[in-house]
Amino acid sequence: MVTVSALLSEHPPAESHHHAPEGWIRKYVFSLDHKVIGKQYLGLGLVAVLTGMVLSWIMRYHLAFPDKPVPLIGLIAPTFAAGGVITPEFYLQLMTMHGTIMVFFVLTTAPFAGFGNFVLPLQIGAEDMAFPRFNMMSFWVTFVAFVVLVAAFFVPDGPPLSGWTAYAPLSAVGKGAGPGEGLGQSLWVVSIGIFCIGQLLGSLNFIATTLDLRTKGMTLARLPYSTWAWFITAMIGLIAFSVLLPACVLLLLDRVAGTSFFIPAGLVVSDAMQPHSGGSPLLWQHLFWFFGHPEVYIAIVPGFGIVSTILPAVCRKPHLGPRVLIACLLAIAGLSYMVWGHHMFLSGMSPTSATLFSVPTLIITIPAAIITLLWLGTIYGSKLRLTTAALFCLGFVSVFVTGGLSGFFLSQPSIDTYLHGTYFVVGHFHFVMGVAAMFGIFAGTYFWFPKMFGRMMNETLGKWHFALTFLGVYATFMPMHWLGLEGNVRRYSSFPADYMHGSLALHRFITFAALFLGAAQLIFLVNLLWSRLRGPAAPENPWEATTLEWSTTSPPPFDNFGGVHPVVSHGPNEYGVASPHGDYIMQIDPPTAAPAAA
Amino acid sequence: MIVQRSIPSASATRTGVWVGIGAITMSFAAYTSAMVVRQGSFPAWQHFMLPSILYWNSLVLVVSSGTLELARRRIGGPFDRLGRADSLSVERLRQRLVWLWATLGLGFVFLAGQYLAWHSLSAQGVFLATSPSSSFFYVLTAVHALHLLGGLGALAYALHCLRVDDGPHSVHVLGAVALYWHFMAVLWLYLLVILALWV
Repeated sequence: MVTVSALLSEHPPAESHHHAPEGWIRKYVFSLDHKVIGKQYLGLGLVAVLTGMVLSWIMRYHLAFPDKPVPLIGLIAPTFAAGGVITPEFYLQLMTMHGTIMVFFVLTTAPFAGFGNFVLPLQIGAEDMAFPRFNMMSFWVTFVAFVVLVAAFFVPDGPPLSGWTAYAPLSAVGKGAGPGEGLGQSLWVVSIGIFCIGQLLGSLNFIATTLDLRTKGMTLARLPYSTWAWFITAMIGLIAFSVLLPACVLLLLDRVAGTSFFIPAGLVVSDAMQPHSGGSPLLWQHLFWFFGHPEVYIAIVPGFGIVSTILPAVCRKPHLGPRVLIACLLAIAGLSYMVWGHHMFLSGMSPTSATLFSVPTLIITIPAAIITLLWLGTIYGSKLRLTTAALFCLGFVSVFVTGGLSGFFLSQPSIDTYLHGTYFVVGHFHFVMGVAAMFGIFAGTYFWFPKMFGRMMNETLGKWHFALTFLGVYATFMPMHWLGLEGNVRRYSSFPADYMHGSLALHRFITFAALFLGAAQLIFLVNLLWSRLRGPAAPENPWEATTLEWSTTSPPPFDNFGGVHPVVSHGPNEYGVASPHGDYIMQIDPPTAAPAAA
Repeated sequence: MIVQRSIPSASATRTGVWVGIGAITMSFAAYTSAMVVRQGSFPAWQHFMLPSILYWNSLVLVVSSGTLELARRRIGGPFDRLGRADSLSVERLRQRLVWLWATLGLGFVFLAGQYLAWHSLSAQGVFLATSPSSSFFYVLTAVHALHLLGGLGALAYALHCLRVDDGPHSVHVLGAVALYWHFMAVLWLYLLVILALWV
């Protein structure tokens, strides 16, 4: 057996060495090191997901027991929920903050900026990102955006209630539109605007790094799939956030400067005529969803890359159709900009326009289905190693298919007209976007944790975590499809005395399932902390994987490869072939290690 | 060799500027399409005459682009693609920095001209919230001015780099700044046409 360090030592020395920063602040807080910044993003994502999850529990408890005060909330938020009573307005405020925190600060930051920052430079053999200062700014700008958003909880009227989509004119007219629509909504707009700047800086960095800092021999054809996915996500994000930022600027001006971009003439809110003229609320929807639908892919495409990187390593065989996989990812990225109108079928859109948005929505399922078949083909007949990362990859495929299937219904205007305002949509997007992306995050964590911290995670705890999470996810979100088919409207705080009273039992089941799902995450947190402190030392390449990050120490040194420029002679997909390591050839192996049948 | 980790490579810098240009283009495309949609949905759209200073200002920005290109060619000329320098005396380099200073000055003149245009409109009672057309006028010109201010900062940084060290890194920085500045000029001409036609 040849150690990877021995292999790396035969590679040419780097032309330059970099100083590791000295001092705690430069090393761990305002660090320029992509690895530290990646961990900072993941840490922010963890704080955000715990915050968002607690908010969802409060909502779920109220939905299950609308007549009972929610325990502890009266103490934590006496202004908004006196005595623990959740008003419809406060429910909407919780829903807005839950959606905003989860979509922006969890699903965007962790799979893309978190793992991408840590792994991408390692996978292409670079010492760092192309613009380390921009990289550091990107994180801290995102952090400030999170602080500004959370600050909305601490202003007099509390956070906004216009939903994570901040639909105008409700979000544009100011205080009169309801609790939280004053300063709280302004903080929301400012926060999202700042967030856009952070993500634009990050996307720029990812693109320049992938194009210009690849090490010798790392051609585009040899790029690992996860790097391809982060690169494509960066391209999607660059365009999407470039549109959301102007939308936020215009919305903020409507709120504070008296302009009328999104506020129509003659609008009466809370018995007061709004002093605006001729704006278009639909314009906000177009601008928002031009960002909003690609945002789904910003959340999920990194998961595609993570699964496609892990699957060959755990299946011990090459990924099926690697070029087709990349082509499909690119097709999804391109098509993601042609489908935003399917979020607006109920906006009064003409049937012709609705059809024009429906067709590409159906077409986008083709590359998504091909990718799924490639995964299944890779798994089929393999010697699957059922690690926790592998289980979460399998779970990813499952929840993505489940969520994707309900998408077929919603992509058709005639069916969406009935289902759009119901829990069917809540179930759909939680599966296809939320849970699938989370499974990608979990898979990535279990896979790259040894490289990040130099310690192995506990596999037994990991498997329990997977099993209970998988169960909890289906128990929580699957019944929502049934609620939706029954006509159970979403965004309502309770249904105590109307025709939906009969669904209360199912709502209670979902609430217990959501609490169970949340409790299952304690296993993950315990595993994370225990492994970080007491986990067994990780070898350089614990998963016998091929890509470059596994060619360096765990954790990698400051300059990633210890003063060596790795030279790449192989693709990332050479599994199931005889080599001095075993049944795989690493990307840094010398070219003489030609593939042969294992 | 020990080098600062925070100095990006020349090719990455150029790629970064191109990617940034792509993002800014997309954001102005969003503003423009918002304006087109807004006008289409509002029959009582009020047109107003653009202040004539904007046309003179356009000339200033185009000329500044020319002076920066002169500076780039004269300073970057002695370097080949690998950053190797021919002999260029410090005195001659300093002489060539004059064109950079001129660009910086013209940039400030442009911003002052934009301020005068806003002042002229406000004196006529045309403010940000007066009408949809005035809202778009102020937003588009202000956002462009903000981006140009960023370009002035970058220009000042390039000048600083060249004064401290006239090596290839400074020349690459100047090349990247020039690319961005030329884009700012092209973007302004596009905005001028759009504003002249729509507001």
